[in-house]
Order: sequence, then structure tokens, then C-alpha cells
Amino acid sequence: MAEARRHENKLGLWGWLGGGRWGIERYAYALHRLTGLGILFYFLLHIVVTSLRAKGIYLWAAGGILHNSFFKVGEFLVFSAFAYHALNGIRLILVELGFAVGKPIEPVYPYQSSLNVQRPLLVAMMILALVLLAAGGYTALAR
Amino acid sequence: MKETKYWTWHMAAGAALLFLLGLHMLIMHTGGFAQWFAPHGNGADSPQNSLFRDGKLFFTLTYVLMLAVALYHGLYGLRTMLFELTFGPAAEKTITVILVAAGLGLFGLGTWAAVAAHAIALAGARG
Repeated sequence: MAEARRHENKLGLWGWLGGGRWGIERYAYALHRLTGLGILFYFLLHIVVTSLRAKGIYLWAAGGILHNSFFKVGEFLVFSAFAYHALNGIRLILVELGFAVGKPIEPVYPYQSSLNVQRPLLVAMMILALVLLAAGGYTALAR
Repeated sequence: MKETKYWTWHMAAGAALLFLLGLHMLIMHTGGFAQWFAPHGNGADSPQNSLFRDGKLFFTLTYVLMLAVALYHGLYGLRTMLFELTFGPAAEKTITVILVAAGLGLFGLGTWAAVAAHAIALAGARG
């Protein structure tokens, strides 16, 4: 099998984060990656901390070092990142599978961009993410 | 071709996580739903309620499944991002080896903890 052609990333980190003129969807993708990194960092710590329960150590329970308001705020931030990452992830999977990007058409000037076709999907997912955030915020404040 | 397969698994893992992590969030962070799985009061994350869930085989199995799926999704996602910085093939191989080792190590730790906590909860229930 022929080896995949490699393209050098001359932009470095800006190649990750910058959306240029690709529209808000590209920036939503950059934020998807940032929230993904945050969730991964939390998750790796979460595995270690929750594994300690097998030794009878509950750091998050009353009296534990993680039982304070600083970590409660952090928990809500993780929930926010999860809500955004999950709903934007559904959008990315749908787009990757070819849904919500419109049917292929002849490239006749003025050219139509598939980005405008998929905009309603982004808006719908962000509204759902905001609803989840409000529900999570309400629960966090009630605790 | 292999990378396409891994990427498809990455997306499938994301979809599975939506269900597994969604369930986890519902149980841990919503009062009403949590009462079914946290009968002892003091919040779903209290040691008594953690032990209660650890004693159920369903939770032990879903913890291990969630661990595997989330580690794959997260670490493969990280690998994809790192590879976009276009290092050389040797560096890419090193990154892959480190991430696979970290994933297997954390999976081992988490699985051991889930199984050990299940055994402790069952022993406690038997008195």
C-alpha cells in the first residue's frame, strides 16, 4: 500500500487553534479540542483518585482534601466542558458521516459553501449545550 | 487504511461515551435520579453510596467498560493532535508507545480498583 502523503504543519500550534476564514465551525472545532484536553487531564487524575477507594481512601468525601468549594467549581467546569464536547462531538460525527452538509452540486459561480448549510446543526447543538449547562449549573448550586 | 479504522473506533468510542458518561453524570450529579443508586443519603459520592454501587456487578462492569472506551477516545485524540505538529516517524512511534503504555497502565489500575472495591463491598454486605 502506498504511504499516506505527509504535509508539514508550518503553522505549529496556530494550526491547531486558528480558524482563519473557515467560519465559526472551525473555531468550534478548536474549542472541541481544548475541552477534550481539559477533560482528558481531569479523567487521568480521576482514575488515580477514585482507584484509591480500593484502599479505603475517599479524598472527595467529607474531610478529604478534594472536598472544598474550589473543587466544586472545578467539577462544574468539567461538566461544562463535557456538555460542550459531547454535543459538538455529535455534530462532528454527523458532518464526518456526510449528514447536514447538503447534497453535492455543480460548482457554478457564485460558489455555495457547505459551511452555510451545516450552520443550523451548530446552532441546534449549542442551544442543547446551553440547556445542559443551565441544568448542571442549577444542580451544582442546589448542592 | 489502519489509521482510518482507528479513527472510526475513535468516533464509535465517542458515541458510546455519550451514553456511558451521560449515565455516570446523571447518577453522580442529579439528586432525584441518584436516589435509586445512592440510598444512604449524604450525596451520591459519599463512601457509603460508592460502596453500595461498587457492590453491584452492573456498575463494576460499566466502570471497566467506560474506562477502556474513555482511555481509547482520549489518548487517541491526544495522539491525533500531537501528530498534527508533524514530528518525524521516530518521534511519532515514541509518542504512540508512551500513550499505549500509559493507557494500559491506567486501565490496569482502574480495573484492579473496580474489582477490588466490588470484592470489598460484597465482603462488607456479607458482614
